[in-house]
Amino acid sequence: MDVRLRVVALAAILALFLVVLDLVRRRKLLERYALLWLFSALALIGLAAWGGLLSGVATAIGVVAPANALFVVAIGFILVLLLHFSIAVSRLTDQAKILAQRLALLEQRQRRLEDEGEEEEADRDYVSDRVSD
Amino acid sequence: MTVSRRSDNLAVVPAYNEAATIEAVVASIREARTDFDVLVVDDGSTDATSELAERAGALVLRLPFNLGIGGAVQAGFTFALEHRYERMVQVDADGQHLPHEIQVLAQAMDANPALDMVCGSRFITDTGYPAPISRRTGIHIFAFLLSRIVGQRVSDPTSGFRLYNRRGIALFARDYPHDYPEVEAVLMVHHHRLRMVEVPVEMRERGGGMSSITSGKSAYYMIKVLLALFVGLARRRPVPVPGEDAPVAAGHGI
Repeated sequence: MDVRLRVVALAAILALFLVVLDLVRRRKLLERYALLWLFSALALIGLAAWGGLLSGVATAIGVVAPANALFVVAIGFILVLLLHFSIAVSRLTDQAKILAQRLALLEQRQRRLEDEGEEEEADRDYVSDRVSD
Repeated sequence: MTVSRRSDNLAVVPAYNEAATIEAVVASIREARTDFDVLVVDDGSTDATSELAERAGALVLRLPFNLGIGGAVQAGFTFALEHRYERMVQVDADGQHLPHEIQVLAQAMDANPALDMVCGSRFITDTGYPAPISRRTGIHIFAFLLSRIVGQRVSDPTSGFRLYNRRGIALFARDYPHDYPEVEAVLMVHHHRLRMVEVPVEMRERGGGMSSITSGKSAYYMIKVLLALFVGLARRRPVPVPGEDAPVAAGHGI
């Protein structure tokens, strides 16, 4: 792989790695979502830095140019990450649905309790009015 | 103040599908410590954990779905903060922690009121706690790292058997780590200049149910907690203090 391309690839992946770490540090990204990013970045850094490994991968998957093998692997990681997020979004959707349902039940219960409270108050007022008459 | 609060101290029992043991655990805490209210946080169990806990006389928070141990315990901290409890102790639902040992934690806090967190440790003296070797190794790696970071010996960083005062409760109600939270919690205590100490306690083998940490997952958790530890080191102030931005904020643009 061309040295210039290798340096650019390394710099870009390293920047990604550091940005992810900083996001975790600033509490914008949970560890559980950062791990896959960090793992992907580390693997790509390994491939970009170690030419022999990249050529090996290229031969193994039948890609002529090692640089293309780097893209193939990177796309593979992107697909895995996307699937990971789809799973996470599905879970969040489920949780949001359950929260909304529980909130509706809670509001209904609260209203019922308030109504009962008002009725009792009205009853008490009525009784005390009659007693004072 | 609410009707539900009967005493100044709260025992929080996070429980996820612990129907086999929860009744006995709640009963034994209530028997050993009449000065503690017992709150079971049912972390989205699909079995009768909530009903059995209520029957045994515990207050019960029922989470609408499984949040994981960190989220469940944080619900306990929030409850303790809201109801102004003076002290809170965490007791596991599997019967691992012995309620009469709460006394050991409480005495340490009585002896030194400056302490914000007292942790029960299995490894200060050899109590013969039967932990598998892989688990022990993980615990000892965290113990080694944490001891160096906080400059104080931490022998059992994964122990959940801990007593907190109001400052400890307030800190962790604001922010508590997600899964496997005990290790990071030690680091947070250190960063916020709260004080902690470990005291030796005995623990039993689990009474029933499954440990939340299976061997397959433990490697994953180890890496995650290590990441959290090292990133935590780079945080100037790891959690928001009053007056700072909200922990979950809209941010700009996104």
